[in-house]
Amino acid sequence: MNRKKVTVGISGLNAIDSPGPGMAVAMGLHEARSLDVRIIGLAYESLEPMIYIHDLVDKTYQLPYPSSGSDMILSRLEYIQEMEHLDVIVPNFDAELYSFMKIEPRLKRMGIRMFLPTMEQYEERHKVNLSKFGEKYDMLVPHGKAVFEPKEVFDVKSEFTFPLLVKGKWYDAYIAYNIEQVLTCFNKISAKWGLPVILQKFVYGSEYNVTGLGDGTGTTVAAVAMRKQYITDKGKAWAGISIDDTYLLELTRKFVCATKWRGGFELEMIKTQENKYYLLEINPRIPAWTYLAVGVGQNIPEALVRLALGMKVQPYETYDVGKLFIRYSKDMIVDREEFEKLSMTGEL
Amino acid sequence: MKLKENIAISDSGYLFNPSTGESFIVNPLGMEVLQFVKKGKSFEEISREILTRYNVDPITFEKDYQDFIHQLRQYLLIGSDE
Repeated sequence: MNRKKVTVGISGLNAIDSPGPGMAVAMGLHEARSLDVRIIGLAYESLEPMIYIHDLVDKTYQLPYPSSGSDMILSRLEYIQEMEHLDVIVPNFDAELYSFMKIEPRLKRMGIRMFLPTMEQYEERHKVNLSKFGEKYDMLVPHGKAVFEPKEVFDVKSEFTFPLLVKGKWYDAYIAYNIEQVLTCFNKISAKWGLPVILQKFVYGSEYNVTGLGDGTGTTVAAVAMRKQYITDKGKAWAGISIDDTYLLELTRKFVCATKWRGGFELEMIKTQENKYYLLEINPRIPAWTYLAVGVGQNIPEALVRLALGMKVQPYETYDVGKLFIRYSKDMIVDREEFEKLSMTGEL
Repeated sequence: MKLKENIAISDSGYLFNPSTGESFIVNPLGMEVLQFVKKGKSFEEISREILTRYNVDPITFEKDYQDFIHQLRQYLLIGSDE
């Protein structure tokens, strides 16, 4: 097949214990049958490991933090575009998506395409709004409440039983067994990720996730279900297995169809002993374990880039069941000069 | 009683349920019983086979058999309507 040459910018280069999806996206793009991809890394921190993995990332540029505002990001991307002529950007961090969605039209004028959820889709599925989302789309969601200050914890405590989950608006979730622990978690999470903090009913069961891609018209282009086999203390899947859970996949198609979801996503579900599925979260981007989807026959990063470029994409219908992903960590030896170059010039 | 059709059983005694992602290991005798169950044999037929081959009394076998079937049901390896 004649592979189309494309230059793709990706973020989420932090292949750490709570990994960003950049590694999986880069690996998927390198294995794309229809695309010949040059990958430009977009990093926030100088120690994001993928910056130094040169067989996956051709060149990396540092970006200003999303909190610095979209104009700052845009100005930096203008410079990167002059140097690299990006065709597509795949943002992989929850915290940066809002900024990228805001500047999407301006990036398009610069020749950079993305394939992101709409602002409405992004807001509707937000952890803060998940209970309403569940009601609207007839999905079971554990009772949740957004709290903005510690005293509110006391106001809403009668709505919950212990243990309960305390979650950050972007990342982090802790189980709290009493009100003191809730307050400790509230302070810890709000200091790191800001407000609100979400309290959510704790549901016992096995964790199942689906990674998928919606084309924005209601069609599910890809969907792979996975059962977490090994979970880190941060709740991240360190190993998982592809499964053929027809109910879960049907639920996914229903979600994509009802919301006309545009872009990559991850559904985090929990299955109780009574075989009920609760939706814990919807992440509006490709998850870090998406390389399992690539490995079982659904190259979600490739399909997403094709959609961004306006190319035809045939929806995936099947995948291999019973394949595992097992994550591992590895030490790299990096010359100081590389670290110095990135730190001093913001590019490597 | 029927094993769910999609359950993968390897000769080594490794079972994999592709719907849930759960896997199990059964011992050689469990494997034998499973193969009988898979062929659709009744308890009476299975009991007859096992009692002929092994030195076990009927009451002990029936108790162990029922325990085993209960576990298969609990782990959703046997259809819920069975």
